Amino acid sequence: MRPANEIVTSEPVVESRLHKTFDVRKIRKDFPILNQKVDGKPLVYLDNAATSQKPQVVIDAMVKYYLEENSNIHRGVHYLSEKATQSYEAARDKIQKYINASQRQEIIFVRGTTEGVNLVASSYGRSNVKQGDEIIISAMEHHSNIVPWQILCEEKGAKLLIIPMNDAGELLLDEYEKLFNSRTKFIAVNHVSNALGTVNPIKQIITIAHQYGVPVLVDGAQAVPHMRVDVLDLDCDFYVFSGHKMFGPTGVGVLYGKKKFLDAMPPYHGGGDMIKYVTFEKTIYNDLPNKFEAGTPNIAGGVGLGATIDYLNKIDMTAVRAHEHELLEYATQALSSIKGLSIIGTAKEKASVISFVLEDVHPHDIGTILDDDGIAIRTGHHCAQPVMQRFGIPATARASFAMYNTKVEVDALVEGIYRVIEVLT
Amino acid sequence: MPALNELYQEIILDHNKSPRNFRKMPDATRKVEGYNPLCGDHYTVYVKLEDDIIKDISFEGAGCAISKASASVMSATVKGKTKAEAEELFESFHTLVTGKMDGMAEISTLGKLAAFSGVSEFPARVKCATLAWHTLKAALEAKEEVVTTE
Repeated sequence: MRPANEIVTSEPVVESRLHKTFDVRKIRKDFPILNQKVDGKPLVYLDNAATSQKPQVVIDAMVKYYLEENSNIHRGVHYLSEKATQSYEAARDKIQKYINASQRQEIIFVRGTTEGVNLVASSYGRSNVKQGDEIIISAMEHHSNIVPWQILCEEKGAKLLIIPMNDAGELLLDEYEKLFNSRTKFIAVNHVSNALGTVNPIKQIITIAHQYGVPVLVDGAQAVPHMRVDVLDLDCDFYVFSGHKMFGPTGVGVLYGKKKFLDAMPPYHGGGDMIKYVTFEKTIYNDLPNKFEAGTPNIAGGVGLGATIDYLNKIDMTAVRAHEHELLEYATQALSSIKGLSIIGTAKEKASVISFVLEDVHPHDIGTILDDDGIAIRTGHHCAQPVMQRFGIPATARASFAMYNTKVEVDALVEGIYRVIEVLT
Repeated sequence: MPALNELYQEIILDHNKSPRNFRKMPDATRKVEGYNPLCGDHYTVYVKLEDDIIKDISFEGAGCAISKASASVMSATVKGKTKAEAEELFESFHTLVTGKMDGMAEISTLGKLAAFSGVSEFPARVKCATLAWHTLKAALEAKEEVVTTE
């Protein structure tokens, strides 16, 4: 049975020499929500790929903003507006440094990854993609990196081509390269698959595209919580991610774009803040980044994301990767030993995400029964129905680990799955 | 926290493992697909309707234990009933699984359907329990399109 003591107390501080500075107990203390009981059982939160929890410092920063600085940005001449503008714009600077973008104008605040992809599909896509052109995405995209391109293709009479994957959930790069021709106009691929956990060889994918002179958008929503991303090193043309999956607030995300593309792109939304001068005859648009930030943005969210970056800057992400890799290995081994359980997504390079199916048991029933033990996982198609179709399954159960998860929680998951089997078969 | 054994009652586990009337019906007079886009549960309900009486009913497809058991119990319950009676049963069933039914007396009139009373404590699972019923309703109303729970 599951040990009755608190989860955090039984986890060793140092698990290997590789990451001896990484103390999961200390990290867990930063996230107050983790320290709660669900019907008397310790919460085991393994739904991080859906959204991550937020550290106290991020919550505090947002409370402080509303308590002391709340005002509209970029327009007031008064004290509070200055303060709010400073905090919001400081967050932009922090993000720029964190992902190593060359200029602050290349950081556009959006609502999240979905809006970032839609912005590029709509603005860049509409002005560059014509009838008969081709756009390449991969077989493991989230719906948010499929549907905006389908809408564009339908509107323009363009074609959507798919990079296939093997049974392990790895993209076939040889097949990818064969898709290129003179009609290829754009590539949109995720860095890490939310449904399979695969870490794609994104640098290689970008290099190949650039050999054909084709720009690349990377959906980084599932990458940023697990690794440090350097957009200059990747040489990606666009990189999008959400705050809420990287321990920041919901409703705010980032579109990074190379300035040469963003400068040439028409605005996405029209409204306040994105203009220099408006008459009924003509409007002069604002410079970057404001050109793409119409209307009052999610100011508190931006400030919260800035605090998130401050928090992450104090954490050794290499140690996080080592810790998560160890969790992944441990969980993969433990889950594989359960009779009738199959892991979907067995790529060599994986983030700490495990999708699985259980013989004769539907994922929804797994989810409900695990919830009874205080274990939160995701069940369903994970907004990646083509991935489910590729593997011939209607849905999976998915456990996704973050830096604050522990081996004791993996044990609880395994024990919970045995209970599922006991209840249902 | 609601009790798990209230949800997965014996009748439900039994009908999940050995669903009744789980087959195609080539000579059905009505056939409708039901689909839950949230979880991918997918069933086809076949009905042979003669003079407003459900002479035969069957289903096939895949989904969770709750949705499959519900389709199975439903098929066993409405066979031989009139269209109006079946629709009335759906009303009662819906009242039951959404937790709006008063008292055990009323619940006990539902027979095997009463096994689904625990669903009301799991709001996320109400759609699982009602998917087959929505599909049956569409079949009885002779709607040809695909039915979804959304």
